[in-house]
Amino acid sequence: MTDAAWIGAALTAARPQAMGALLRYFRDLDTAEEAFQEACLRALKNWPKNGPPRDPAAWLILVGRNAALDGVRKTSRQTPLPDEEHLSDLDDVEAPLAERLDGSHYRDDVLRLLFVCCHPELAATQQIALALRVVSGLSVRQIARAFLASEAAIEQRITRAKARIASADVPFEAPGPVERAERLGAVAAMIYLVFNDGYSAGAVPDRAALCEEAIRLARILLRLFPAEPEIMGLTALMLLQHARATARFDANGEAILLDEQDRGLWDAKLINEGLALIDKAMRHRAPGAYQVQAAIAALHARAARPEDTDWAQIDALYASLEAMQPSPVVTLNRAVAVGKVAGPAAALALIEPLEGSLSGYFHYFGAKGAFLLQLGRSAEARTAFDRAIALAGTPAEAAHIRRHLDRALRESGEAAEK
Amino acid sequence: MLYAILCYHEEDVVCSWTREEDEAVMARLAVIQERLTKEGKMGTSLRLLPTTAATTLRKSQEPPLVLDGPFAETKEQLLGFYIVDADDLDDALNIARELAAANPGGAYEIRPVGLFNPDRREAVRK
Repeated sequence: MTDAAWIGAALTAARPQAMGALLRYFRDLDTAEEAFQEACLRALKNWPKNGPPRDPAAWLILVGRNAALDGVRKTSRQTPLPDEEHLSDLDDVEAPLAERLDGSHYRDDVLRLLFVCCHPELAATQQIALALRVVSGLSVRQIARAFLASEAAIEQRITRAKARIASADVPFEAPGPVERAERLGAVAAMIYLVFNDGYSAGAVPDRAALCEEAIRLARILLRLFPAEPEIMGLTALMLLQHARATARFDANGEAILLDEQDRGLWDAKLINEGLALIDKAMRHRAPGAYQVQAAIAALHARAARPEDTDWAQIDALYASLEAMQPSPVVTLNRAVAVGKVAGPAAALALIEPLEGSLSGYFHYFGAKGAFLLQLGRSAEARTAFDRAIALAGTPAEAAHIRRHLDRALRESGEAAEK
Repeated sequence: MLYAILCYHEEDVVCSWTREEDEAVMARLAVIQERLTKEGKMGTSLRLLPTTAATTLRKSQEPPLVLDGPFAETKEQLLGFYIVDADDLDDALNIARELAAANPGGAYEIRPVGLFNPDRREAVRK
């Protein structure tokens, strides 16, 4: 690996920890970001010459702090810190210095940095853009490409989000156990938003990168909080879903249903890691929504062929998810399992009461059409598919339904000829 | 003499590699592994899943204590390892507990294996 590539990877890896510590120190996102930027510039100059420091995050925190303090007038109470020219050789000094500066704060620093991005006053799209900019360090251009938006629009979205946060109360004191658990829950939800934004986008390469970034953030969280079964569940869920990434779309970018995917394209390494994490989570006997969803994804991942899928178990898992997190969308998902276990009539009976609350939901009419088609009620299936196409959010979604619709038309045509 | 080469690296950095970077490293390693295989020198090699997938059995107490996460102390040194084919984590932990009863003290880290290349020295010699 070249110097630039190695340093780039090291800076990306150290960013959440370094930014988290700088945010705690300066209590202001912009100042922390500027300090981190400055430290990165100095690293690019210094590391190739003096060799990489043993603890890049500690180096960046010290140098970033120094650099920002140079800009501001130092007050007499602050102790001078060593110049960064001397830091990378001082392996023995570096670790205790970082320890004294930040020590056990690291864990809460990273959590706080993530938590700041999921402030309840921020819209989901703002949360995602802010986290990708501040925590992941993606450039505005990269984020704009992922969102298919202009750079100016993303810049504005981030600026507004920062302004919102600046006027809100950000908790800088170390959290107690209850606050820590609440922050973890909020951060987990935000990471899953980032993932879903990439996952639901279809075959857009820049968006697949969002899935990978979400997984990276979840792994960081899991290293900091190794005994949290829901964080294990979230990480497993994303790994298992992302493992199917290359099999989910055909060459034209059209979605391929789970049953029709080439399972040989599923990423066995990601699946193994996901399965191992669920195994770990289950030992805690503390089920949660992420774990249940991961367990469902695991049953799909374990089936070598579609007909090997344990639909009865999936039905049972959806039933427990319904109990934990009642939602018409969960019931709709459960109906697919019910359709496999008990037939399309039972599935249809389960979802028909949902029509009122899901009247604007693409997937509802897609599923309804599919069940009707299985029951041979082609004309009604066609009406449902028409509704689905009208509600489709992406061209891939619409194309997918059109294929079903074509089949419905063919079959109703055949029925008419008979 | 058989030698074990233990691989250490910064997980944060390795987990930040793109798929292309990861595949490029694996391809460079495969060239060397293939040559070593032909020379009859290549024993078992494997790549472990990230430490986030690890569980640790502390066997310095009775009964041993199961902890999430990798073995993180610096007092003890790595003295050996087993590869076992277990049904799931519980099964692997049961095996580790049995071993712990025979050899208390220290800890076992139970880490799932991501990639496993079996020992092919015998096959090459024949």
